[in-house]
Amino acid sequence: MATSVQRANQLTMAELKGKVDPDWCPGCGDFGVLAALQKALVELQIPTHNVVTISGIGCSSNLPGYINTYGMHTLHGRALAVATGLKLANHELTVVVTGGDGDGFGIGGNHFVHSMRRNVDLLYIVMDNQIYGLTTGQTSPTSRVGMKTKSMPFGNIEAPVNPISLALAAGATFIARGFSGEQKHLTELIKQGIEHKGFSFLDVFSPCVTYNLDNTYQWFRPRVKKLEDDSAYDAGDWTAAMEKSLLWGEEIPIGKFFERTDVSTLHGAEPVLNEGPLVHRELRVPPDAARSFIEELM
Amino acid sequence: MKQTFAIGIGGAAGQGVATPGDIFAKIFSRRGLNLNAYNAYQSIIRGGHTFLTIRTGPEKVTNMGDRIDLFIPLNQDSMDRHLKLLTAGAACIYNADTIKSGAAGDGVQLCPLPVSELADITRNKVAQNTLAIGAGLHMMGIGFAALEEVLREQFKKKGDAVVAENIGVARAGYDYAAAHFTAFANPLPKTENKYAILSGNVAMAMGGAAAGVKFYCAYPMSPSTGVLHWMAAHARKAGIMVRQVEDEIGVINMAIGAAQAGVRAMCATSGGGFALMSEGLGMSAMIETPVVVINCQRAGPSTGVPTKTEQGDLWQMLGAAFGDYPRIIAAPLDIGDCFKLIPELFNLADRFQCPGLVLCDLLLSEGRLSVHPNDLDFSPPIYRGELITTANGNGAHSAASTNGGYKRYKITDSGVSPRAVPGVPGHIHTVATDEHQEDGVLISDEFTNPIKRRAMMEKRMRKVAGIEAAVPPPVLSGPPNADVTLIGWGSTKGVVEEACELLSEQGISANQLQIRWLVPLHGEAILEILRGSRHTIIVENNYSGQFARYLRSETSFVPSGHIRKYDGEPFMPHHIVDAVKEQLAGSTKLSVPMHEIMV
Repeated sequence: MATSVQRANQLTMAELKGKVDPDWCPGCGDFGVLAALQKALVELQIPTHNVVTISGIGCSSNLPGYINTYGMHTLHGRALAVATGLKLANHELTVVVTGGDGDGFGIGGNHFVHSMRRNVDLLYIVMDNQIYGLTTGQTSPTSRVGMKTKSMPFGNIEAPVNPISLALAAGATFIARGFSGEQKHLTELIKQGIEHKGFSFLDVFSPCVTYNLDNTYQWFRPRVKKLEDDSAYDAGDWTAAMEKSLLWGEEIPIGKFFERTDVSTLHGAEPVLNEGPLVHRELRVPPDAARSFIEELM
Repeated sequence: MKQTFAIGIGGAAGQGVATPGDIFAKIFSRRGLNLNAYNAYQSIIRGGHTFLTIRTGPEKVTNMGDRIDLFIPLNQDSMDRHLKLLTAGAACIYNADTIKSGAAGDGVQLCPLPVSELADITRNKVAQNTLAIGAGLHMMGIGFAALEEVLREQFKKKGDAVVAENIGVARAGYDYAAAHFTAFANPLPKTENKYAILSGNVAMAMGGAAAGVKFYCAYPMSPSTGVLHWMAAHARKAGIMVRQVEDEIGVINMAIGAAQAGVRAMCATSGGGFALMSEGLGMSAMIETPVVVINCQRAGPSTGVPTKTEQGDLWQMLGAAFGDYPRIIAAPLDIGDCFKLIPELFNLADRFQCPGLVLCDLLLSEGRLSVHPNDLDFSPPIYRGELITTANGNGAHSAASTNGGYKRYKITDSGVSPRAVPGVPGHIHTVATDEHQEDGVLISDEFTNPIKRRAMMEKRMRKVAGIEAAVPPPVLSGPPNADVTLIGWGSTKGVVEEACELLSEQGISANQLQIRWLVPLHGEAILEILRGSRHTIIVENNYSGQFARYLRSETSFVPSGHIRKYDGEPFMPHHIVDAVKEQLAGSTKLSVPMHEIMV
């Protein structure tokens, strides 16, 4: 992601602390994601006023209130659409979109797919807990078959969406999966996602300790296997990434599945932006252009 | 009665109705004549029936009028549908090889063209159209040079041979008319004026460019798509980022995102798309990020009649999004006003940091009007309000460090809080659709607080008084103490105006109250005006009297009667004149005129 080269005066974790503390349940996976995001920003030393954290609605979507960057807490499912508009209006800003699986893959599924094919230059972190938390425990698009919730008390009969496969098919140019219980690894993925020029998708296993008693830290910990530990794995190989994305069960890969750098970002592909961010441009249409617009009609 | 001349061209979609229309329109505007064009069409790419009316004259022409002077049916279907509309003095030019005329009314001149004798129809498939244009121009008393000039431009890209052939065919029609048809009694006059011809959609798009819009996005939907087309075609010259988005929910959210970064952002849609934008409007109001949204109404409900006009979305717009929030709603009065309104609305939306909504309709969006170039001002006043930015803001404040004390939602007397955009140091904050306190921290989940909630509601809603003071109340036009006062809103301005003129010619004095600003309505001022009226009739293009119900809800005002139309077609002046007469005679309080043109 294109970031301002301007460096902050030694950005610290303390400076990134939001006005209030998170209201997440004790033990929530989202704490780990927030901490990793803050650590990544400190390591990258991006000035806080040049970062915009944008979310939808849900437990995890409260994140922008807990980090001291510019923030937008938008509508359920709409964060990516809002972020696209903001990025195109000022492409010098570093944009991080955060939210949950219901927000991103359910109500926001349409924007998810289209933002990826557009290769909007931002990092999208989904705190994937496979459950609706804020509405007190209903089935989500990533809930596994058979999982019992308040909305499907006899077990889920619908197949879950596979976010990694979907992202590969939709054309995201950086695709990774993290685990809230693997802080260093997650921080590294966030840094890579921010630095990648294009749409970076980071699906993070972020256990819900209150409503999802199936997919817990204890469940994930023995299963997750870092792709980085497999020296033979090539993240430039789309087919290999698709194969890896299908693994689930005893072995669940985390890490960078895929990255390509040969696709232009959306803002890079639009000549209108050649003269710099829209927000810094003269408001008036040049007089000769205005004249030609009227002459066309005569 | 003012002198006007109207041409009706009918045919199937794909038969080339638009081209003769464009050619006539260009010739008229270059003669310094005003014109209004309305195309009654269907949602079909090839086939069906299209009927284009172009009305011209030396004075202002605001609507399609009541009379067709020259009728050019391009197929039998058109002939059968419309010949009966013609009255004494009118003429019908048609291809005698393929179309049989019916019985024409008294004094109607039938002008059959022997097309295959006059042109090589194996080479030129639209020869009948070109011949008819030539013949018609002769009958209007216009020299051939005017047509030759336009044809040269029209076919320039296709090479000299095509230009020459078309000029030849047109000339044959022109000469044939000279020898065989009687010219119209009054040749078309000429003035020194020069006009631009544009649709309401083009006007709103250009108005956006003039207002400094830097971000425009849309999902295609008739009849609003013309705004997207102009924006897309002119984006690079105007320096505007134009995006086609996956749906209207994405559209409004993307526009708000761009606006949040600090640019002026706009989008347009029709009723169905507007319904999807509803939640986004609430976000604009709640996070206090201005955005301008255009709704080009078409006949509803649901998918409705996509190519037909209606003023049926007023209550949708009044009720859009849940909760109470400040916003501005305006209905442009004519195509020129479509241009002028957009910069005005942006200034208000920016100043009050709330959504600005335009309630346009198909009649204006897709109609065409001659507008004086001076009325297309690309340097309108721009006020960005209390915007804190390091960027150019054309009048915005430059950033000053606040030592961390910046409150995005600072409680003020006006309800407006200085707005910093991302990228400005020292002003970091989070905007939220959840209720929040002055510094942006949520008071929706953990920190609910009735006192703070009330204060924030009152802060936002205080803007309503400011908006009302910033927008002028409507004024009564026409003679005071008239026999009847006609009340309309938005696009009916021109046709109501002409109905008033016709009524006065018939001995009934009439005046007009046309509403442009729907929110704020200025109910007190309206009541004050109507207190002096003897007989009040509300004219609107919908079934239930949406404006009448709105006016009543805001002011308790009940008019003497209503004229409504909801057949998909716009009012013609005589519809209103006849209805006023029957209501003044006491025969009804609700008139629903029948549209006589079968389109």
